[in-house]
Amino acid sequence: MAATSSFTEGTSVFGGQANLLQAIETIFTVYNPDVIAVHTTCLSETIGDDLVQIIAKAVGDSKVPEGKHVIHCNTPSYVGSHVTGFSSMTKAFVTYFADPNAEKSKQINVIPGWVEPSDMRELKCLARTMGIDIVMYPDTSDVLDAPQTGKHEFYPKGGSTVEQIRSSGGSAATLGLGLSASTAAVEALTAKCGVPGTMLELPIGLQATDRFIDTLRNMAGVEVPDAITDERGRLLDMISDMHQYVHGKRVALFGDPDQLVSLAEFLTLLDMRPVYVVTGTPTPQFEQRFMDATGGNVPEAKIRAGAQADMYLMHQWIKQESVDLLIGNTYGKYIARDENIPFVRHGFPILDRVGHSYFPTVGYAGAMRLLEKILGVFMDRQDQDAPEESFELTM
Amino acid sequence: MADILRERERQVYRKGQETAFQLDCEKQSVAGSVSQRACVFCGSRVVLYPIADALHIVHGPIGCASYTWDIRGALSSGPELHRLSFSTDMQEMDIVRGGEKKLYAALCELIDEHQPKAAFVYATCIVGVIGDDVGAVCKRVSMEKGIPVLPVHSEGFKGTKKDGYRAACDALLQLVGTGPIDDVSPLSINILGDFNLAGETWIIRDYYARMGVQVVSCITGDGRIDEIRRAHGAALNVVQCSGSMTHLAKSLKDKYGIPFIRVSYFGLEDMSNSLYDVARHFGNKEVMQRTQSIVREELDRTMPLLAEYRRALTGKRAAIYVGGAFKAFSLVSALRLLGMKTVMVGSQTGNKEDYEQLRELCDEGTIIADDSNPLELSTFLEEKEVDVFIGGVKERPIAYKLGIGFCDHNHERKEALAGFEGMVNFAREVYGSVMSPVWQLTPRKRSGALEVVR
Repeated sequence: MAATSSFTEGTSVFGGQANLLQAIETIFTVYNPDVIAVHTTCLSETIGDDLVQIIAKAVGDSKVPEGKHVIHCNTPSYVGSHVTGFSSMTKAFVTYFADPNAEKSKQINVIPGWVEPSDMRELKCLARTMGIDIVMYPDTSDVLDAPQTGKHEFYPKGGSTVEQIRSSGGSAATLGLGLSASTAAVEALTAKCGVPGTMLELPIGLQATDRFIDTLRNMAGVEVPDAITDERGRLLDMISDMHQYVHGKRVALFGDPDQLVSLAEFLTLLDMRPVYVVTGTPTPQFEQRFMDATGGNVPEAKIRAGAQADMYLMHQWIKQESVDLLIGNTYGKYIARDENIPFVRHGFPILDRVGHSYFPTVGYAGAMRLLEKILGVFMDRQDQDAPEESFELTM
Repeated sequence: MADILRERERQVYRKGQETAFQLDCEKQSVAGSVSQRACVFCGSRVVLYPIADALHIVHGPIGCASYTWDIRGALSSGPELHRLSFSTDMQEMDIVRGGEKKLYAALCELIDEHQPKAAFVYATCIVGVIGDDVGAVCKRVSMEKGIPVLPVHSEGFKGTKKDGYRAACDALLQLVGTGPIDDVSPLSINILGDFNLAGETWIIRDYYARMGVQVVSCITGDGRIDEIRRAHGAALNVVQCSGSMTHLAKSLKDKYGIPFIRVSYFGLEDMSNSLYDVARHFGNKEVMQRTQSIVREELDRTMPLLAEYRRALTGKRAAIYVGGAFKAFSLVSALRLLGMKTVMVGSQTGNKEDYEQLRELCDEGTIIADDSNPLELSTFLEEKEVDVFIGGVKERPIAYKLGIGFCDHNHERKEALAGFEGMVNFAREVYGSVMSPVWQLTPRKRSGALEVVR
């Protein structure tokens, strides 16, 4: 739920303190949350509102009830992209809540990165299957995918609690997923609470999931149960069965950097060629991460990150030399239609199809779903385009 | 009413309550309330963006541009330039050094590339704060490129969405009066305040064509710059979305002496009245006769189709929360035609007269609310045991989570709801949602609903 401090022209001249204080009071009085997370805007940042001071004043003026919290992060729109803001707020959870004096425990912190609620549910499920206690934040499962209860719940049952985040300061280790989205929080946890952190790329695809499982296993000192090994085996079986249908296919990818790196690795394993990779998020060492993920196996790949790396550029590349498949968020549908290219939706935002919030693409099960979707668009296309004589029951 | 903010008590009214009717409205949203409103920039964007052969460039950080990128179904019968949302993508250094040079460069490049008939430059919050002289840049580019380049002063902090409408109208006013009008008929109108969502302007335009009335310009549905430049030649301005367009209509009246009438194309009654009002204005016998036969023809076709829906929907209860109050009037009547009762009605931007008119229109006990929020709305929906909620994308989850039917009557709609045929679509949508078997499985508060399942 999003409230605003309702800036006016006067606010922009005299500063936003009065408005934010009023907003804090109103929100606690009427909506009664445990936490108010304040995101700044271009406006408040540029006029120089000092959030630390305003929040201190709110506390001093007793506008924050006992046991409730106001936290903030700086999110002027002219710095970075949506990934920057996500990363900053995740780090703010650590800055405000993680407790260096929390009781030492064997639990593992998982910082999941910007993934779907279905993905977060899957990560928790994998950890549970391995018998590992984790605390995960942010956690949008059972919040953004809350069940229909006949009530309009302002605070659905899911998500991580303040108490859990506090306890993460005493955890045995932190596993961060997605270098762009999660590194800041993981490093902050190490600096503030001394919790050792490991960063991995998002566990999308077989090898990335292997590393996730393996790291988690080592951190917790447990064995991988058969249920997970078998699931991996089914994925491997599916790839073996289907590799001939995807071999050599050229793919264009766009979206958020963390997703792209892991997708590229999985596609390479499938013997496909991620030839065009574009992200609008400024990403240091994006090319290096891509090379690491693909093992240098796609030397012809064109990779671009940052302000000039837009879909217009990618469309030009595709026009010069086409691809067999496009993977990205909903905005890709224009290019897919113009160029008549099969299209698999992945990433944020997906505005025109259901499924992404219910079915994960992380983990072995997620990789199977991704492969199913990729095969689906290829085979639908083949059925649609095949001349009568070669339109066959089996493919 | 424990769930209503103290500051908002005077913005909610229950018809029949003892206190005198005086609804507070046109106020800034209370800081910290979860308003369903949008910002000034959004207001300007939604009014101007359907002009299809203009270049629309957002001067600000990239986020503002994605906000309205192709999420509204304002259709064009020709050029599609309006669907590209250009931005100056301001970065931190642009904030420090000013964004005028970047804007100038972007405008020049884009105008050369796309050859638009005009360009609109939207000023966002940050541009207002750092003080870029957008007007001066526009003037310079206009001189150099020979097309109108119009600043739209839509800085977010300037007020509410309504102020954005006003800024958009001010930009349009600079265009009107600059085109030739020698071939404009005395029986002519401008269509103001229809945005061709799901092709609605085309439906309306067709009625006027059949009446023998020339449509000089549509502002702004399927809009074209050259048509808008000729708008001052029309004999009458026919204003739908009054919230956004009254300012333009009044200005055109002051400047060019063009009278205007307020109409609504939603519901059979209001649709018919709109056409009759236009015909009456011209006092032309033939036009009136043609109008009568159009209305007769359309009613003959639609009434039997509606009868079936009415049978199923009679006695069902509806709640309405929309942007402009004028649309709410029509919805109350349209729902009544379907045998339904409106038990709650509200708008983001209604004014005093609007709410007075709503009060007259509504039944006893109906809740009337200005600038409401999810907490209030969900309380009202539960209390009034509503069967269908009519609103926009922000209202949809409230309805569905409560297990209540929903009809999208906002700019995201993909089904034409205007005109006579639009009423049939509306009835079908409401029927489809109200009567869905899914509600029998959701744990609704209403007694009886659960028993059906067992």
